[in-house]
Amino acid sequence: MELLNHDVLIVGGGGAGLRAAIAIGEANADLSVGVVSKVYPMRSHTVSAEGGSAAVIKSNDSLDAHIYDTISGADWLADQDAVESFVNEAPAEMIQLEHWGCPWSRDADGSVAVRPFGGMKIERTWFAADKTGFHMLHTLFQTALKYNNITRYDEWFVTRLLTHDGRCQGVAALELRTGQIRPIAAKAVILCTGGGGRIFPFTTNAAIKSGDGMALAYRAGVALKDMEFVQYHPTGLPGTGILITEASRGEGGILLNKDGYRYLQDYDLGEPLDVSDPSHPRKRTMELGPRDRLSQAFMKEREKGLTLEGPYGDYVCLDLRHMGEKKIDKKIPFVRELCRNYVGIDPVHELVPVRPVVHYMMGGVHTNINGETPLAGLFAAGECACVSINGANRLGSNSLTELLVFGARAARAAVRFSARQDSVAVEEIQAQCQAEQQRIRDRFFQPKGGKETIAGLRAELTRTMESGAGIYRTEDSLRAACALIGQLKERFREVELADHSLTFNTELTAALELEFMIDASEAVAHSALMRTESRGSHQRTDYPQRDDERFLKHSLAYQTENDPRIEYLDVVVTRWPPAERKYGSPVDGKGGKGD
Amino acid sequence: MPEKTMTLEVFRYQPDEEEHPRYQNYEVPYREDWVVLDALNHIKDEIDGTLSYRWSCRMGVCGSCGMMVNGDPKLTCATFLRDYYPSAIRVEPLNYFPVIRDLIINMEDFLHKLDDVQAWLIPKQEKTVEEGEYLQSPAELAHFKQFSMCINCMLCYAACPVYGHSQEFLGPAAIALAQRYNLDSRDGAAESRADVIFQDVGIWECTFVGDCSRVCPKNVDPAGAIQQAKVTHTKQFMKELLAPWGNR
Repeated sequence: MELLNHDVLIVGGGGAGLRAAIAIGEANADLSVGVVSKVYPMRSHTVSAEGGSAAVIKSNDSLDAHIYDTISGADWLADQDAVESFVNEAPAEMIQLEHWGCPWSRDADGSVAVRPFGGMKIERTWFAADKTGFHMLHTLFQTALKYNNITRYDEWFVTRLLTHDGRCQGVAALELRTGQIRPIAAKAVILCTGGGGRIFPFTTNAAIKSGDGMALAYRAGVALKDMEFVQYHPTGLPGTGILITEASRGEGGILLNKDGYRYLQDYDLGEPLDVSDPSHPRKRTMELGPRDRLSQAFMKEREKGLTLEGPYGDYVCLDLRHMGEKKIDKKIPFVRELCRNYVGIDPVHELVPVRPVVHYMMGGVHTNINGETPLAGLFAAGECACVSINGANRLGSNSLTELLVFGARAARAAVRFSARQDSVAVEEIQAQCQAEQQRIRDRFFQPKGGKETIAGLRAELTRTMESGAGIYRTEDSLRAACALIGQLKERFREVELADHSLTFNTELTAALELEFMIDASEAVAHSALMRTESRGSHQRTDYPQRDDERFLKHSLAYQTENDPRIEYLDVVVTRWPPAERKYGSPVDGKGGKGD
Repeated sequence: MPEKTMTLEVFRYQPDEEEHPRYQNYEVPYREDWVVLDALNHIKDEIDGTLSYRWSCRMGVCGSCGMMVNGDPKLTCATFLRDYYPSAIRVEPLNYFPVIRDLIINMEDFLHKLDDVQAWLIPKQEKTVEEGEYLQSPAELAHFKQFSMCINCMLCYAACPVYGHSQEFLGPAAIALAQRYNLDSRDGAAESRADVIFQDVGIWECTFVGDCSRVCPKNVDPAGAIQQAKVTHTKQFMKELLAPWGNR
């Protein structure tokens, strides 16, 4: 077996992976970088991000204000040293992307324009109309084409991390076109595989978001951190889960219940201003409250019977009509395109049906501030990682910036690490890869008469997660979910494939993804069960209060033979002592004052 | 009442198992709000796990799910069954590309073409990050913005008679993306891209049929980009011919 070999290997070709690759490409032209991606990089889910990317650039803003918004938005579960680095490095990363050609929307004077976003005290969200992720991804992808030391493995699917001597030394990867599983050795490996929203039935996440990198690390003995924190985006289209960006509210859209009433005012999110008021929308208030609070408000409205019923469950309405056609087409044209093409309604004249849908996982592979995991040689960045800057609730427009800042940081750390390694253990790596190939052949290519189907198990898994570990959770619902996930793990052994072809076997990749999803779900449900408090996106109706005494801590889920083992790690608190999270008041959020 | 159904005639080809492609008919439930991709997913999940195709975002932005639908290149996530019901729908891989399997085409050729046209920003004037962003007015942005909307879905290639004739042709999307950078006020490499674009015999064979622009799901106008590029080049050529001593 020919051994493919790189100094640094990146798994995932989305925003974080490409930013990391370019950082290495720029650092040293002699370093060889591999980028393995199960889809062509420009298909990565970064492409779907709409609203924008936060960084302090305007003179009316300050780094401390962005730090405070992020920490309070996180319900104090973010590591404050990490947030500081993130906010400090964000502007340079964003300017760098501008220099690479990203078509940021502009102010009349030619400087980059910013827009307001939920949970942010001031407008600091850079945007490229409402296709920000798309433009960022294509800019990064096209820029990456310049570097001769970047080798891409497009449509290769990583099935296992190869570790030897306590160090990650490469991956086993399935080349989709040939069906061969091949070892790719590396002195350092960076996981940039994104999230796993597909473990839930209603999600903005693309089909490829199956928690691959999280499961790969988990199986290699690395902890998954803060997995119980799953963000629901308050405005997805019912059924498909297609995202209607928060920018639609940043630009003035309002949420209405079935009586046409702006129900958010009943949930401690401030007083509504009339849509014609020049101060509307007011930052950190009403529709510009944080995502967790808005999604929870929807559930309360539903309990009161004040939502509408549709073929894909209950919903409320997003009203953009007062914005008018011109502003909608200029600021959020993709929203109009999506509504017209996928729901058959025109937001210029009609209300848009929306409901909370799973959007983002705050948790992920446990890393430090440099993207290093506890496993030597293994790094992680982007949504698959948990540094953590997002804590219990991520603020909209921080995640795109996170890809850049931590993609670059992880790359720099991986370069430093790889420089200290002489070589990789070639024979051991090859042997492990052969064993992996054998595992997959035995498991999926030998008919055993099993009765389970991928689609059947996947549907049960997602239903289980929604009912057991959704927006509101209880001990009973979580225990039931944990038990069901355990059963699904057993039943997965009975999955039988119809497709035994080696050429682009998408049934095989679907099975491997389902196996990843089950592992990620296990970590989410068990971490949620053990956290007997409510904080940010994790709401326990049986423990409705935040409990800093016991839970100002990150959870760490370790895979074992049986249920995962959950440990805790203190949150790093520097200048911002934990305080109550307040929204709706124009004067809230002064950093360092403990308000 | 029995559920309404419709037929999908799907192109099947598994090179390691069969010599020739074939068509397989599947009966799928008809739903008003289903797109062709939903029907394919139904087949994959409930009827035939061996059917292979690419998809991801199902919101028209990742560019994975382009296929021929009744002979027209379409994003299957944005193509509704209701526009065809009750007739059968024929689903095939995109025209003019080699087929890897079933509905999956080989698009490596396009990736090389992105390299060939240098589809990245080559700054007119180098600037450090500390010096801040390049200024660009909304009008300057609008000048190239349209061409930056390309999602690389390959529908324009599947509609292009010139590409159908010769895969040497750089093709609509690659030229549109070259033009995207040529027109960007921050870029200064239009001339070096022109060397590649105008060596291509294909561009002179493109007769402004405009099928590429017609099928584009993002309203990019690659035909316009090609004509624009030709006009700029011809003007430049004529200037040099008529006034070789002058600079532009």
